Amino acid sequence: MQLAYYPGCSWETSGREYDLSARLAGGKLGLEFIEIKDWNCCGSSAGHSTSRLLATALAARNLALAEKMGLDLTAPCASCYQRLALARHDLLADGQLRKQVNRITGHTFHGNMRVRSILEVVASLGGEHIAARVVKPLRNLKVAAYYGCLLVRPRAVQVDDPENPQMMEKIMAVAGAEVLAWSHKTECCGTSLAMNNDQLALPLVAGILEAASLSGADCIVCACPLCHFNLDYRQKKVNRVLGTGYQLPVFYFTQLLGVALGLEPGRLGLFDHFVNTKPVLQLVS
Amino acid sequence: MRIGVFICWCGSNIGGVVDVPRVVEAVSALPGVACCSDYKYMCSEPGQEKIRRAIAEHRLDRVVVASCSPRLHENTFRQVLAASGLNPYLLEMANIREHCAWVHQQEPAKATAKAIDLVRRAVAKAGKLEPLHSAAIPVTRRALVVGGGVAGMQAALDIAEAGYQVVLVEKEPSIGGKMAMLDKTFPTLDCAACIITPRMAAVARHPAIKLLTHAEVTAINGYVGNFKITVRQKARSVDYDKCTGCGICQEKCPCTVNSEYDQGLGTRKAIYVSFPQAVPNKPVIDRAHCRRFTRGKCGVCQQVCPSGAVDYAQEDVLFEEEVGAVVLATGYDLFDWTRAYGEYGYGRYPNVITGLQFERMNNANGPTGGKIRRPSDGGVPENVVFIQCVGSRDEAKGKEYCSRVCCLYTAKQARQVLEKIPGAKVHVFYIDVRCAGKAYEEFYQDAVARGACYIRGRVSKIYPTGDKLMVRGADTLLGRPVEIEAGLVVLATAMVPGAGGAELARLAGVSTGKDGFFQEIHPKLRPVESSTAGIFLAGSCQGPRDIPDTVAHAGAAAVKVCALFARGEIITEPVVARINERLCTGCLACRLVCPYRAVEPKSIPARGGAPERTVAVVNSGLCQGCGACSATCRSGAIDLAGFSNEQLLAEISALCH
Repeated sequence: MQLAYYPGCSWETSGREYDLSARLAGGKLGLEFIEIKDWNCCGSSAGHSTSRLLATALAARNLALAEKMGLDLTAPCASCYQRLALARHDLLADGQLRKQVNRITGHTFHGNMRVRSILEVVASLGGEHIAARVVKPLRNLKVAAYYGCLLVRPRAVQVDDPENPQMMEKIMAVAGAEVLAWSHKTECCGTSLAMNNDQLALPLVAGILEAASLSGADCIVCACPLCHFNLDYRQKKVNRVLGTGYQLPVFYFTQLLGVALGLEPGRLGLFDHFVNTKPVLQLVS
Repeated sequence: MRIGVFICWCGSNIGGVVDVPRVVEAVSALPGVACCSDYKYMCSEPGQEKIRRAIAEHRLDRVVVASCSPRLHENTFRQVLAASGLNPYLLEMANIREHCAWVHQQEPAKATAKAIDLVRRAVAKAGKLEPLHSAAIPVTRRALVVGGGVAGMQAALDIAEAGYQVVLVEKEPSIGGKMAMLDKTFPTLDCAACIITPRMAAVARHPAIKLLTHAEVTAINGYVGNFKITVRQKARSVDYDKCTGCGICQEKCPCTVNSEYDQGLGTRKAIYVSFPQAVPNKPVIDRAHCRRFTRGKCGVCQQVCPSGAVDYAQEDVLFEEEVGAVVLATGYDLFDWTRAYGEYGYGRYPNVITGLQFERMNNANGPTGGKIRRPSDGGVPENVVFIQCVGSRDEAKGKEYCSRVCCLYTAKQARQVLEKIPGAKVHVFYIDVRCAGKAYEEFYQDAVARGACYIRGRVSKIYPTGDKLMVRGADTLLGRPVEIEAGLVVLATAMVPGAGGAELARLAGVSTGKDGFFQEIHPKLRPVESSTAGIFLAGSCQGPRDIPDTVAHAGAAAVKVCALFARGEIITEPVVARINERLCTGCLACRLVCPYRAVEPKSIPARGGAPERTVAVVNSGLCQGCGACSATCRSGAIDLAGFSNEQLLAEISALCH
């Protein structure tokens, strides 16, 4: 399956392992990601809190470029996914807005393409397709799948049930891991407040880490670079400020899937995390 | 032709917009109009007297009243004609209030012109009116009541006490309905069983009531006064003539199933009596679970039965009952929150239960013997959280409407927790507390005074922390989030129409509202009558209501049935379709469009010795005079009395004049 690939701004920085592992694991599963040439900011983060028109226009340019390729678009980053999918939804619902935005971007977007989260793309391959390619089942690994807020809300673009999503669980189960029922899979991780309101954001991170630990998870799997950064990088700060002692590795689902598909951990960026991943990875090897 | 026209001001309703004297002037000049006058309130006694006098004085033979909708006062004015010796159907009305003055308040000049047009139309039709005559049809003085909950039992007892026969059909093995599951009832805290179980016994004992449990209505044919009902007696697999109700079969049955009566908190056997006070107190076999039926093995109950009553070969039996009136009392079910409320766990947490489950647990004959316990481990919950409006007043996930009973039963349950568990903490999340009812507000205030802590806001999430549940919500009065640890969470789930209601509505030809509750014909003046004559509504099948209101509603339905029976005959409305057999080609397109199943095919001898041919025939008892057949008939063979093609064309040409 060919898809127009939108890497997003985190691809070479904080979310490098996500991009690496998505491309590699995708390749193993027969997904061909063709990077959109001359892609630009998706319009999330600062963009959409400043101006709806700006956020829609930024996204629309990427949508139009993908449409010209004749492909559906996929984005690994949950924030990119939500912004692009919402912009598409708004543009299809409002002809006036579409005309206005097309004038701004200089690229005509007709609406003949879909925006799909990479989680949705992989899940849609089906359990059998993935299982047939698993060479190293993730036995002994207990995972808590964490979706955050961007993939399951709002309703117009949600990829799965907003209260008890199951997509990541299904993928991880096929990869051989034990998936746990836990309480905080769609809780806010506090990312948008992390920079300016630590007092509010840190307890949110701590709540997720606590719930995952209580469920008996060895690690958290996620599908969003913002969540990942918050849960992985800020774990140390949570421990320092709140006096806790969490050592809970946080993986992208594509990384663990990559391991199961026989990819070498180093190439998947598994050793580039802030929380030490080695003890957990030893469980699988 | 001497037509009298009477134009009503309706106070300022019409007179404030339409220039009535101008209408009188214009109408007086119309051909055939012998007199035209106006009055402030034509429907009042002086107004009616004015018409009566004019009929005598001007020797009128047709009357036009221009006033409000005929739905409101057509009957009033027909009586005036009848009192003056005229056939009441020689009246034509022009609606110059709803159709004119009310909707054109901003444009009085145009409204006046339209009023003149409407009256001209009515005068043109009046010239073509012919006398119509009602007929009398005898009534079968026997009623069917569908549903054996508190509403159905009340209706059945009231009708039977009035001296008429009643057939009561209940789909469950026992009568009693939801009320038989409850512990205590608000606001008096009297025990539900003490009220309902004697009623159940009274129903079973009453010589005028034929009780059919474990049975379903499968067809309702006929019309008011003369219904033919088909009932399916579902196989009980037990011969009730032989069974003594000793209960040995239940004791020995090896197959345990979740009890519906205990709402899944307790168990029953595959051969079972729903509860110890059930009526009839004899068991049925649940064939979906019984090993004899699922695996072909077992047979223990037959072996142990001392009277040889167990009969695996018993089959469903269909039979007919003739009745003159039907009361639908099919009650409610609870909204299935486990499909909609993921934030409360989709039913995955055993300690999140519904109010009805709480009732079972709180009930002395319930699964815990009346002790409030956590279903997960049987422990005592020291913190209990109640959440109101789960599925009610929630357009996104549930129903738009308020279920009316939850505020009070939540207050009752909160009180019971505080009484039964010393030192317990009770929190109630609410949107509004609605306590309209005698002694209801006092009851709620009492719950607050006893220590129930009410928090205005919705719960956004329930999640497990260890063996407790964390309930997270918003306190919208303080404007801040709250988290409360709870051992037990009780959801006040919405009331929805009872299962099978849609199918029954189809069988009975009764219309339902957008939420599936049976629709009454007038929300204020005819609250127990359905859209089909002779079919009445009782209790919460018509809309959420509590026990006092249900009993009152059921009593009202019974009175309507008794009134019908006491008259002994029905005066039929003569505004029905008539088929001209000479023009009818027998295509039966009319039969397809008739919403009342009033059209049937009939064979008649053809002319000149040709073979018989088919024509349509209208059952005037069923026909409601809607006119759909008349509009559909390709050969113009159907005329609706009082709305004939000739009359309608006269109206149209007067309007196009």
